[in-house]
Amino acid sequence: MKFLPLLWAQLFRRKTRTILTLLSVLIAFLLFGLLQAVQIAFESGADAADAKRLLTTARYSIIEPLPLAYRSRIERVPGVVAVANADWFGAKYQNESNAFPVFAVDPARYLDMYPEFLVAPAQREAFVKTATGALAGKRLADRYGWRVGQKLPIASEIHAKTDGSLNWEFDLVGTFDAEDPAVQGNTDMVLINLAYFDEARQFGRGKTGWYIVRVGDSEQAKAIAADIDRQFMNSPDETKTQPEKEFAIGFAKQIGDVGALVTRILLAVFFTILILTGNTMAQAIRERVPELAILKTLGFSDGAVTLLVLGEAVLLLGLGGAAGMATAVAFMPMLNGATGGRFPPLFVAGETWALAALVAVGLALAIGLPPALRVRRLRIVDALAGHR
Amino acid sequence: MPWLNQVVQITLINLQNVPRRLGTSLVVVIGIAGVVGVLVSVLAMAEGFRHTLASTGRPSRVMMLRAGSDAELSSGVVRDQAIVLASLPGLARDAGGRPLASAEIVVMVDLPRKGQRDPNNVPFRGVQPAAFDIRDELTLIEGRRFARGVREVMVGRKAAAQFEGLSVGSRIAFRDSDWTVVGIFASGGDVHESEIWADAEVAMSAFRRTGFQSVTATLADPSDAGLAALKESIARDRRLSIGVLREPEYYAKQASVLGTLITVLGYSVGVFMAIGATFGALNCMYSAIASRQVEIATLRAIGFGGMPVVISVMIEALALALVGGVVGGALAYVYCDGASLSTLNFNTFSQVAFDFRVTRGLLARGLTWALVIGMAGGLLPAIRAARLPVTEALRTG
Repeated sequence: MKFLPLLWAQLFRRKTRTILTLLSVLIAFLLFGLLQAVQIAFESGADAADAKRLLTTARYSIIEPLPLAYRSRIERVPGVVAVANADWFGAKYQNESNAFPVFAVDPARYLDMYPEFLVAPAQREAFVKTATGALAGKRLADRYGWRVGQKLPIASEIHAKTDGSLNWEFDLVGTFDAEDPAVQGNTDMVLINLAYFDEARQFGRGKTGWYIVRVGDSEQAKAIAADIDRQFMNSPDETKTQPEKEFAIGFAKQIGDVGALVTRILLAVFFTILILTGNTMAQAIRERVPELAILKTLGFSDGAVTLLVLGEAVLLLGLGGAAGMATAVAFMPMLNGATGGRFPPLFVAGETWALAALVAVGLALAIGLPPALRVRRLRIVDALAGHR
Repeated sequence: MPWLNQVVQITLINLQNVPRRLGTSLVVVIGIAGVVGVLVSVLAMAEGFRHTLASTGRPSRVMMLRAGSDAELSSGVVRDQAIVLASLPGLARDAGGRPLASAEIVVMVDLPRKGQRDPNNVPFRGVQPAAFDIRDELTLIEGRRFARGVREVMVGRKAAAQFEGLSVGSRIAFRDSDWTVVGIFASGGDVHESEIWADAEVAMSAFRRTGFQSVTATLADPSDAGLAALKESIARDRRLSIGVLREPEYYAKQASVLGTLITVLGYSVGVFMAIGATFGALNCMYSAIASRQVEIATLRAIGFGGMPVVISVMIEALALALVGGVVGGALAYVYCDGASLSTLNFNTFSQVAFDFRVTRGLLARGLTWALVIGMAGGLLPAIRAARLPVTEALRTG
């Protein structure tokens, strides 16, 4: 550590150059932080998944409905602890299609199934008891400025009421939220009461979109899923049951390989940074050859001088990288505000920091090693005489 | 023109010098090539997606959906309504007097991508016989059309390329039905190429549907007046609660969310990378000037003006930037143009396959960005070069 002032002095020998290089490293790591956050947000469904939850959908297409009567049959499958169900409402709000998802659910069963959704007990009670009640994710309510107690006019693109109208109205009785930012993206929805919805809709009565099943032992999850599907085999409505995580991964895969896209962009970014800083570094060392020779004359070993040069590279990438990641973190609230909750919440995860550190050290070695080795081989006499 | 002559002279000296400073010059070129390459490829993705949806349909054709529905998946048109719609006077008829209207159902079927196992929502469209006369851009590239009344399908070119088991002769199982693939069709690169087509009646019985989702028809009079007349006759009929859109309008709507998302991603990444590359260019140009300090001071001492020095440095920066821009654009073109992928369109909840399109417009945009970065990276160093005090520069150099 006693060499830190020396490293610092070396690094800032030419201020403009070092600051410009630091700024480009900062930008590279800022992009890294942001793009990783986007990728994690796309894949957050799988992270937030509960290993004890299964999803049962129609076998051939997840948009086909299943009979409501399946609930009690699924409950009887050994190993099943609880069953909830939900149906897709097809919301159109303020003339915007699918502005947010609206699910028709059995309130108590659904909220019990997702303990990570936090609701005030009084509001939960109100949701259970109010036929026309609705519960909205807090981020969503904030985005539209909804107040608990107000009427919520939402049109459906799919379900007409018995009078033929597509315009529904619900009473907002409460909001729910989640602590984990990876789960928070799943709260951007409105829950309504299935009992009321099923009675008031024109078509599709007695059906629901999908079932959520809780099992007692996650080790048994796959076996229980197979048991459930066997129940309905060869019936008009065959099912497909899979662990929540598998479902989420499958859905993310439908979007395509976001990870590969992000990786390719970042490769381009870091390759550019490697060339840029590598060149600056080489230039800086070349300029200092006489000084480094003097250090050797003073008794610094070959190894010590090599380490000094490497240390300079590590310091450069470390400073720039840390500043870039910190800037990415500072950007997050602004970005989350700008997307207005249309996108799952972005955050810089711990693993992103670890990966950033790894990348920074890797780059520092790639950039610092060639000049460091050159300095190691440097003969004092030649260097002082000016023959390089 | 002594002044212009000075600019030319200094610029020539500078440019002849570039090979001696190859390392630093390459940094500018590579930095800018990176920015332009990434920007152009991501925007080419957005462009390809938009193009696929925008090239679907013709203004002379209309989509009729249930009033209030923005997408086929959420629409419903019952059989009686479909019959009434087909008989409306505003629609074109074929030589035999049959209306050019096709009532269609769309369901999602699960198919894995090639070499994978996870299911994807692939659109399966049941069409009526008139569909082929209405969409005459559709051509068979392999096999034949499906026969009426039989469980046979024809598959869009891009769906066949992206998803498993869609070659002619293979059998696919959906629901409690087995289907045989009998043909592969092209459709001018539009969204229908991501679909599977079958006979509407067979599809309805197999998927146990009683109603259609949309009616596509050709207008008898494709002018706005003709469309207005059709809309009016629909509004007058109390049995119908149907919205009418020209096809291009309908499909442009389906591109809104994803198209915007990709474009925003491309520009955000591009802006940040451009800022980073500007710092790199600044660094390079500063060091270029530092290494030529004596030269510049000598020129100034023998009577060259400050302005020619500024301009010559700017020209050098812009030339390097231009090379970077061309390299970046060329890389994007070679690696991305025509590459195809498929993704979930959030508007329709179904898979759409499309190709990257590196257009001339995008390449021009990339070059513009490169020049702007070159300009930003060259200006400050150029000014410093011109302001260099002659005596001091000669002494310290």
